Amino acid sequence: MSSVAEPCAELLPLHLPMVEGKIPAGFPSPADDFLVKRLDLNELLITHPQATFFWRVAGESMREAGIFNNDILVVNRALMPRHGCIVVAQVDGDFTVKRLHKRSGRVKLVPANPTFPEITFREGQQLIICGVVIASIKQFSA
Amino acid sequence: MYALVDGNNFYVSCERVFRPALQGRPVIVLSNNDGCAISRSNEAKELGIAMGAPWFQIQQDPSLRDAGILALSANFCLYGDMSNRMMSIAAGLGPEQEIYSIDESFVGVAGVRDLTRRARTVRDRILQWTGLPCGIGIGATKTLAKLANHVAKSADRRPGSYPAEFARVANLAELPASDLDAVLAATKLGEVWGIGRRIGAQLQAEGLHSALDVARLDAAMVRRRWSVVLERTVRELQGQPCIAFEDVAPAKKEIACTRSFGRPITALHDLVEAVSEFAARAAEKLRRQASNAGQVLVFVHTSPFRRQDRQYSKSITVPLRRPTADTALLTASAVRGLHAIYQPGYKLAKAGVMLLDLQDAQVEQGELDLDDPGADRGRLMAAVDAINVRHGRGAVKLASVGTAGSARRWTMRQDLRTPDYTTRWSDLPQARA
Repeated sequence: MSSVAEPCAELLPLHLPMVEGKIPAGFPSPADDFLVKRLDLNELLITHPQATFFWRVAGESMREAGIFNNDILVVNRALMPRHGCIVVAQVDGDFTVKRLHKRSGRVKLVPANPTFPEITFREGQQLIICGVVIASIKQFSA
Repeated sequence: MYALVDGNNFYVSCERVFRPALQGRPVIVLSNNDGCAISRSNEAKELGIAMGAPWFQIQQDPSLRDAGILALSANFCLYGDMSNRMMSIAAGLGPEQEIYSIDESFVGVAGVRDLTRRARTVRDRILQWTGLPCGIGIGATKTLAKLANHVAKSADRRPGSYPAEFARVANLAELPASDLDAVLAATKLGEVWGIGRRIGAQLQAEGLHSALDVARLDAAMVRRRWSVVLERTVRELQGQPCIAFEDVAPAKKEIACTRSFGRPITALHDLVEAVSEFAARAAEKLRRQASNAGQVLVFVHTSPFRRQDRQYSKSITVPLRRPTADTALLTASAVRGLHAIYQPGYKLAKAGVMLLDLQDAQVEQGELDLDDPGADRGRLMAAVDAINVRHGRGAVKLASVGTAGSARRWTMRQDLRTPDYTTRWSDLPQARA
């Protein structure tokens, strides 16, 4: 047997849980077990930061969808535009916000205000969708 | 194995995302002070407008008068944000990324499976998510990746220049040797990264014309006859990686902030404002790389293009007692230097501040302290930097930079700027409802 002490190979580490937070004296906070992050609007609205852009609404054609003049649209370019989605699209070199209608091979952009016309596309004309509107932000003067 | 992801006509493409009416038209973006063309749409390129062509020359060219060219001032707030987005998506292509410039990044792709298909997905994703078209080139070395990127763009823009399968995404690394040779043979040697006009002319004088000719040179001979730099290029064309991957940019050895003025400046107090601003900006960059500067260089000069003006060009280097990154100390030295070189009666066109003799801020040189070293203002500088990040550049500044903002007499000319679409709430693009 060697006279020099060797580390014992069979020793296993014993894991002890570490308590989060200081306990100088008194009671630990009952909230310690439930600590999570505060609510964050960015987390709610922005799932694809690289693909999220904002547009300002100009006009009245989407009122019945709850989108009003001067609102800020949160637009996600990464989402697949589906029938019934509200989208920002390019029409005649300008941006427009409308609801997308895509059924049985027919595509059109539909307003949410009966006093405005639909936008239809003829054979060969291209509809370019910039992104899907996932929220509209309305700010009140305070 | 490397990929190079590179935005097409980047500045123009950024502008087109927010103004679709610019599609299909000849559009150029002008450098600071609306000086020369630094980005051109394909339509503008086809009109023969060269990179760097001066704007006044384009305006006066009779053959371009009816071409309908639209020129825009550079909007770096917009381009910087769009670049961040593109780089972030490109990073998904592989485990490491080196951002090379505002519109180019190398991505290390060793070990990535199904690489070509993945590169196409990333290219399409960048276009879908940001509206920016780009090209992706893949090769065994950085030089080959850059060449592949050139192939991808040419095959897209000029069908027939290379096989159609290389359009937009070109993976040279998966080609058999003979096919790679064919691509190199079809590429002029001037297109190779690292072969500039001078070396290119010398090689052509020797009878070499294509990238393949250069790849076939003996590397050791090239090192003897030319330089180790060209030898590296040759080796890289042969498939040997020689150029290091830098995912963290090396700290700069000197930091400069220089600007040409929007109009000639003669008054000392305007120069003091300008030099103070340059010193502050350089100091910010200095702190960002955790360095201190030992010397401050200041220069002013008149415009060499305005030969009718009396010419004046002077610079001075002010050594600092102790290396520092303190904006106030650097600015004070810069302004002192300016006072020493300023002469009235000259129409000055440009000024600048350079911070020299940079040292790691962590390493402090001991010295004999004969007077009070003064309070360490490192925490003050850090607080100022944090406020300026949160509330915008110049939220907290020295009084000597002036309070008139962009109305200061020396600020650059930017008559044709588009809104800050993605960085200012008041500048959002409009969607018609």
